[in-house]
Amino acid sequence: MPETKPVLMQGNEACAEGAIRAGVRFYAGYPITPSTEIAEKMAARLPGLGGVFIQMEDEIASMAAVIGASIGGMRTLTATSGPGFSLKQENIGYAIMAEIPCVVVNVQRMGPSTGVPTAPSQGDVMQARWGTHGDHPIIVFSPASVYETYYLTIAAVNLSQKLRQPVILLLDEVIGHMREKVFIPEGSKLMVEKSSDKVPADWKPYDEKGLTPLVPFGFGHYYHVTGLFHDQYGFPTGEPSQVERALDRIHEKLDKYRDEVVLTNYIGHKEPRVVIVTYGCTVRSARAVVKKAYWQNRQPVGLLSLQTLWPFPAKEIEALARQADVIIVPEMNMGQIFGEVERYARGEAEVISLNRYDGEMISPDQISEKMGRWLS
Amino acid sequence: MAVIEQLTQDFLRTKKLPHIWCPGCGNGIVTAALVRAIERADCDQRDVVIVSGIGCSSRAAGYLNFNTLHTTHGRALAFATGLKLARPELKLFVIMGDGDCSAIGGNHFIHSARRNIDLNAVVVNNHIYGMTGGQHSPLTPPGKKATTAPDGTLERDFNLLELARGAGATFGARSTAAQPRQLEQLISRGAKHKGFSVVEALSPCPIAYGRKNKLGGPVDMLRNMKEKSIAVERASEMKEEDLQDKTITGVIYSYDVPEYAEEYYRAIGKG
Repeated sequence: MPETKPVLMQGNEACAEGAIRAGVRFYAGYPITPSTEIAEKMAARLPGLGGVFIQMEDEIASMAAVIGASIGGMRTLTATSGPGFSLKQENIGYAIMAEIPCVVVNVQRMGPSTGVPTAPSQGDVMQARWGTHGDHPIIVFSPASVYETYYLTIAAVNLSQKLRQPVILLLDEVIGHMREKVFIPEGSKLMVEKSSDKVPADWKPYDEKGLTPLVPFGFGHYYHVTGLFHDQYGFPTGEPSQVERALDRIHEKLDKYRDEVVLTNYIGHKEPRVVIVTYGCTVRSARAVVKKAYWQNRQPVGLLSLQTLWPFPAKEIEALARQADVIIVPEMNMGQIFGEVERYARGEAEVISLNRYDGEMISPDQISEKMGRWLS
Repeated sequence: MAVIEQLTQDFLRTKKLPHIWCPGCGNGIVTAALVRAIERADCDQRDVVIVSGIGCSSRAAGYLNFNTLHTTHGRALAFATGLKLARPELKLFVIMGDGDCSAIGGNHFIHSARRNIDLNAVVVNNHIYGMTGGQHSPLTPPGKKATTAPDGTLERDFNLLELARGAGATFGARSTAAQPRQLEQLISRGAKHKGFSVVEALSPCPIAYGRKNKLGGPVDMLRNMKEKSIAVERASEMKEEDLQDKTITGVIYSYDVPEYAEEYYRAIGKG
């Protein structure tokens, strides 16, 4: 893919630009620090592209408007931070249940509650997984750079369309506000096919056979959309076997496309003894550590960065645990991904957490120090 | 009769009947008036979308043969706002109950009115949360009993249409399930109106509201509704004290103000 010259941009801007590149033409949102630049960028860009920007009366309405526009056939995105993400949860659940594509960005800030609005944190990992009620599937990406933000936003939009499933982009304040160079490629190969109103005669909105395209409203297919458990045509059902089948259905699509859903990146020694597993801005400190320990000093150290947090990269952790003596999990919270890593390490490797929750980043020195005794 | 049968065939999902509503409920009458109003307003079936919230009346969406969107509690107007802006050519009818619209959905209600976006709100007001078994709502008149107001509610109620007018709605009308022809005409006029329209349809809930307040059976409740109803033209000639306890029906207001979706697309050069 031919690349143009680098552009300097902020993580939040990269998110907005990536979304536009992926065909997003509808944005509904509500102002909140530290995500507001995404709304501002969309407000500036969308009208010129014939798209819709609307500032809604609250976060709940923003989430609802985005779902409404998706049902109308538009590609949609909304962005928020901590408290706003809490408010969006009900309708995120609706989008999962009704299988309406949309992308929800949460630029994490320090919580709980109003917390420290301008301080970075990675405290919403579990909320992104379980924030809405019920036994639902969810896809959550967490970029570690401005460049990754651009590409993961595009991936999020495309995957959301393909699987008819909301995708959460979990940025953190560091990535959202940092300026970095991004290479924006030419061409238009970054988008999946546009949705179409032309479907086979036997089209069903929730076909039990598997993935089926969303046909926007207004084309003569008079189906029903509801947050209730529903049959293949969208009509409410409480019949136990249909309920179970419907819940399995929304989980199975993520399992089936796991290779496209679960994204990780490993760098470092081929047979590591010490592996760092982390995500978001903390990857940057971990990368500095691996650079020094492995590239300079040839120590058996590696880094697995998780672009996908949910569904959790269980297989990848299992494989690493069989090789390594120890897995270190640095994160800017009290240990949210740590528990998952420990679960899938299955006792094969020791798992150690490194937590910071004072609104500051974890430094490379902190990680090196934790790693020290395992390398001597 | 032939026209009604044709409407039933075209606009109702007859296979989904019987409906879930209790005997004597007014939701069926309001739904039928809505169906006839859609026909009367000359809407193309393909362009019609029924959006609804959560509650008894909101279940109507499932029985209507259009693109139907049964949303979350109180949020129907917010979903509808997104859909209308994405597809301004669609004709959206938004069915809500009194609690759905004016309590949990109150914020979306006033802001839809403020924007004057072309949504046709049909608020089925039975003065009670019916689906959950009879709790008081912001449209329960003071003193009336509910399971959560066993001695009668102390709270004052909203005048829904005045609330909407204050927030900027450009069309407000009221009728009752006892006057289905008028209701049909008003919904149809609301549909033709460009901008945010509200039609409040008073509807009997004999089970959760009538029994608790000793209002008699469904027939008594409908008769009472009809007797209390005063046409807006007549009401304008009456003294305020004589209008206490009366239901003013008809088109209460209608203003000509630019509609939001149209203004938006004009502003970005696509109108």
